[in-house]
Amino acid sequence: MKAPSTLSFWSARPYLVSGLALALALFFSVAVGAVWIPPQTMARLLAALAVPLDLSDVPPAYRTIVHNVRLPHAILMALSGAALASSGAAYQGLFRNPLADPYLIGVASGAGLGAVIALALRWPATLSGWLVVPLAAFSGALLTVLIVYRLARVNQSLPTTTLILAGVAVSSFATALTSFIMLRSRDELHRALAWLLGGSTVNGWTPVWAAFPYIVTGFLVLWSLGHVLNVLQFGEEQAHQLGIPVERAKLLLILAASLTTAAAVSFSGLIGFIGLIVPHTMRLLWGPDYRRLLPLSALGGAGALLFADLLARVALAPQVLPVGVVTALAGAPFFLWLLRRAKSEFIW
Amino acid sequence: MKIGARLSLQSIQVAYNGKAILKDVSLEVRPGEILALVGPNGAGKTTLIRTASGVLEPAQGTVQVNEQDIRQLTPPERARWMAVVPQARQLPATFTVVQTVMLGRTPYLGWLGFPKKEDEEIVQQVLRRTQLEALANRRIGELSGGEQQRVLLARALAQNTPILLLDEPTAHLDLHHQALILKLVQQTVQECGLAVLLAIHDLNLVSLYADRVALLVNGRLQREGLPAQVLTKSEIEHAYGVEVELLEHPRLSAPFIIPHSNGSSERIAYVG
Repeated sequence: MKAPSTLSFWSARPYLVSGLALALALFFSVAVGAVWIPPQTMARLLAALAVPLDLSDVPPAYRTIVHNVRLPHAILMALSGAALASSGAAYQGLFRNPLADPYLIGVASGAGLGAVIALALRWPATLSGWLVVPLAAFSGALLTVLIVYRLARVNQSLPTTTLILAGVAVSSFATALTSFIMLRSRDELHRALAWLLGGSTVNGWTPVWAAFPYIVTGFLVLWSLGHVLNVLQFGEEQAHQLGIPVERAKLLLILAASLTTAAAVSFSGLIGFIGLIVPHTMRLLWGPDYRRLLPLSALGGAGALLFADLLARVALAPQVLPVGVVTALAGAPFFLWLLRRAKSEFIW
Repeated sequence: MKIGARLSLQSIQVAYNGKAILKDVSLEVRPGEILALVGPNGAGKTTLIRTASGVLEPAQGTVQVNEQDIRQLTPPERARWMAVVPQARQLPATFTVVQTVMLGRTPYLGWLGFPKKEDEEIVQQVLRRTQLEALANRRIGELSGGEQQRVLLARALAQNTPILLLDEPTAHLDLHHQALILKLVQQTVQECGLAVLLAIHDLNLVSLYADRVALLVNGRLQREGLPAQVLTKSEIEHAYGVEVELLEHPRLSAPFIIPHSNGSSERIAYVG
């Protein structure tokens, strides 16, 4: 018999599969769009990012489309998907509730409200201006998660019913405030409306650079707490007895997950269900170990959101759907299926 | 492993919602002994275990490990001195046995939580010792109650602590699993000189496995001593409000307790 091992963590297969899926999604995301670009040209334009190539025979419009429009958009989508899925996994582990999702528990709406307030005060024009938006969103996200947590907590546990109810209520409130602010101010905030439905209206590399530091920082903190999340699955009391400084760990988890969510929401709007579907799929495929569930969710989330975004762009082309509409159409039935399953089986 | 640690609770008082749960309880568990904590439901056994483990802060009194107040220890330090075996309830079903037992190494792991070779070896040893090797890669949700309880014991043993606290580890287990768990604890005490505090309901198991007994009634320490001194007819009848008969174990010099089926002022079917 093979000796039982705890080192399955190092098995490379899950990463290869998820990485490959992400690479494919990235490629198609850049390749497909309103303007048809021949595959050869596309390949050369992409290769030119890594190695110096002579592109003088490529029409400049193609270069602009690929390098300055589609590529930054795809990378922003990938970053947001990674952020939403990894923070979803972290919220699920922290709350020990399989239905926690940044969107369902209201964190995303809170982040949206924070972002819209920042935008209403002053629409940013520079990169440093854009870097402020995620911080405002972060404050909104933190505020909502704390309110929802307080409202939903029953004794020592966080039942699904109260969590979802509190999430829905707080989220509706935040969304109502958001709409109110947007209706009050005319011009630029109309852009924010489209944004809230999921879909960046700011083009180019600025949103990528503005989101990148927050998402990477938040993710790395979450990943470093993978083992802590594993221990927390046995309850706070046992975690304490196993030597985890529970309160500090919970605080760090909430901060990191909310920062990650907020950065994604700031630039891609309210996109639901990615944080629910992806971690669950990964858990079913590769098991519950958070040390690898977090990076795998990030890879999977990036791929999934790119795919949803692609669908949103081609389904009714040339019209572009908000990506949040696509994720909700796929995610809501999944959520209901999960809700039914959670009653009977252990998926968790 | 650190050996020879002494756990002492001094004048512990715990209140919950204004109601006193533990009233001035002092206890000492010495290396190499099993101290059984017995008493009726609601006497405060679980509260005492939780307080001793540091999860619950006493309103008054201190918990000490070798004369050091556990409040001065960091959580990992404390978890290297004592491990707790809780009741197996609501465990995360998809964790495998070996993953769960590895969590016992938490206080020794670096901040990213990756096990070293030494941790792997200790876990393998513990799995062998607790006869869980064959189940190592099974999910704990698929195991029986007795097996799950053994996994939690294995996790605590992997913590490699000189002090072990157990909260009714034999509740809801069949005879075979009860004996298996308690024999494992007893062996470990004899081999490694652990100090064990064991909250338990079954008085007959107490007289078989415990070195000393502390009887807790209404949050007070009623009596403490050798099983034969504490488990007397009058003490038990007084504590539990039920009439009992004491017999001598046919092979061991241990008292055996049988409740009367009638004759008690309050009819209680069975205290066990």
